Amino acid sequence: MQTLIHVTYMVASVLFIVGIKRLSAVKTARSANAISAFAMLLAIVAAMLDIAHQGEIAWLWVGMGLVAGSAIGAYLALTVRMEGMPELVGFFNGMGGLASSLVAVSMSIFAWIAWGELLSAQTAGMTTTVGVAGLPEAAAETRGAAPLLTPDNAITIALSILVGGVTLTGSLVAWAKLKGVMSGGQIFLPGHKAINLVLLVITLGAGIAAFFVVPLGSITLLYQLLAVAVVASFILGVTFAIPVGGADMPVVISLLNSFSGIAAAMTGFVLYNNLLIISGSLVGAAGMILTIIMCRGMNRPLTNVLFAKFSLTGGDKEEYINVKSGDPVDAAIALANASNVIFVPGYGLAAGQAQHATRELADMLEERGVNVRYAIHEVAGRMPGHMNVLLAEANVPYDQLYKREDIEADFKNSDVAVVIGANDVVNPAALDDENCPLYGMPILPAHEAQQAFVIKRSLAAGFAGMKNTLFESDKTLMVFGSAKDVISSISEELKQQ
Amino acid sequence: MLSPLLIGLYVFVLAVFVGRELLTKVPHTLHTPLMSGANAISGITIVGALTCASFGSKPAAIIGMLAVTAAMINVVGGYLVTDRMLKKFQRRD
Repeated sequence: MQTLIHVTYMVASVLFIVGIKRLSAVKTARSANAISAFAMLLAIVAAMLDIAHQGEIAWLWVGMGLVAGSAIGAYLALTVRMEGMPELVGFFNGMGGLASSLVAVSMSIFAWIAWGELLSAQTAGMTTTVGVAGLPEAAAETRGAAPLLTPDNAITIALSILVGGVTLTGSLVAWAKLKGVMSGGQIFLPGHKAINLVLLVITLGAGIAAFFVVPLGSITLLYQLLAVAVVASFILGVTFAIPVGGADMPVVISLLNSFSGIAAAMTGFVLYNNLLIISGSLVGAAGMILTIIMCRGMNRPLTNVLFAKFSLTGGDKEEYINVKSGDPVDAAIALANASNVIFVPGYGLAAGQAQHATRELADMLEERGVNVRYAIHEVAGRMPGHMNVLLAEANVPYDQLYKREDIEADFKNSDVAVVIGANDVVNPAALDDENCPLYGMPILPAHEAQQAFVIKRSLAAGFAGMKNTLFESDKTLMVFGSAKDVISSISEELKQQ
Repeated sequence: MLSPLLIGLYVFVLAVFVGRELLTKVPHTLHTPLMSGANAISGITIVGALTCASFGSKPAAIIGMLAVTAAMINVVGGYLVTDRMLKKFQRRD
């Protein structure tokens, strides 16, 4: 039976790898996700067989957890709007972290109680086998006077609590900032880094101490130490995420995604289960690669994203001068006479749910023989690839979507650039103003087009508090309003042209 | 004989490399589904959670049940939402 279970785990590991590999092409991606989900099902069935095989099981508890979790997960997944995807992924991520943390806590309580039972059984002169479902052989060998868990376990459990807890509360902060429940501003505490370090030491210290200093019979002390470790890891997750500004949250979500994988791998170390280690590290690698890609897109090192305060120096607090604003009619006239148009979507398009309206406008332009393209900046939106998902939802053809590096040279040959709710990614100050916090970030040069229309709710600064010099350019016309309304009226006006 | 911890470390390091090799090829378009799909995989902690929920001792089992719930939210929600996104990508093929 054990062999069957472990072979199943192995098959599941392979399927996870196949699933991730096939996720790299649009054609195979959907089946890849199904393969991965099937692997998860296999793993769950094998785990149930495993525990059923080990002895008595509280099926009621297990069943309740399975049903409740599935129902909540399905409800959230099926009701979310595509615009809210980043928050939801952040939330799911947090749940994964919470699970890892709880498993570690449960594991140590169980091992400790089982150890006590074992010892008292021995002193009573009985030979008895205590149900140690799921506990590894290596740990079981040390049964006797020693705890059921080895020092190895103490470290991996403490790490599991640490990474799991940070993933949970860090993800919740990211969720709150993206959702707007919490302001997107950066929050710094005095001695922020020192606080983080202290919390890290407390979490690991209390987690490890739970194994070495708790005498038999004082389970309260065990509970207290575990509680200290868990609470400290939760606080650390918060202090880790609050200094990161709203615009940088995608990086944090991506990094926490990596953490949740590592937390799962740590759980694998606690259970000596290779399936958990393999799939956890795959996720760890995925999150890390996406994090690095996003940091490169902003031309900032990760440490800068996580810890740096945006310095509000230089001219960034200046008022806007010479901003020209127009109405949809102006835009419609310009578009009617254009032959090359580039759309630059940003978070405003997502927030205003303007993807469908945008596609309708684009279709209309195409019918008139206009060459329409979309320029996608790697950090546009609130998560990597966010714009692609939204535009895919609106059925925008792939061949109209261009990555920044493939289209940036074409702006100067285009008649009109329509910037929809994007700000920092089109700020020319990033190119030439060394005092600008965005300096060095590659941008989409909308200012190089013959004419630029910027659709935006107001002149409010982007996250960086930066003035966008594009808005002051002679070639730029601001069209204020919500992206959806403005674009729909442009389409209406275009029909009259 | 290597200790289980060391064997685990070998597996961990190798799997990180496999992940890195596989993922550097994923196109930008698919980054969001990749993230949420990978995120669903991290719900594999469900295996550990199930073990805990089956423990005979009350406190450990209750905490285990909470872990099962949290992990299932991650797993079911993660896969469904990824599928919803990928469906949109595929519609035009």
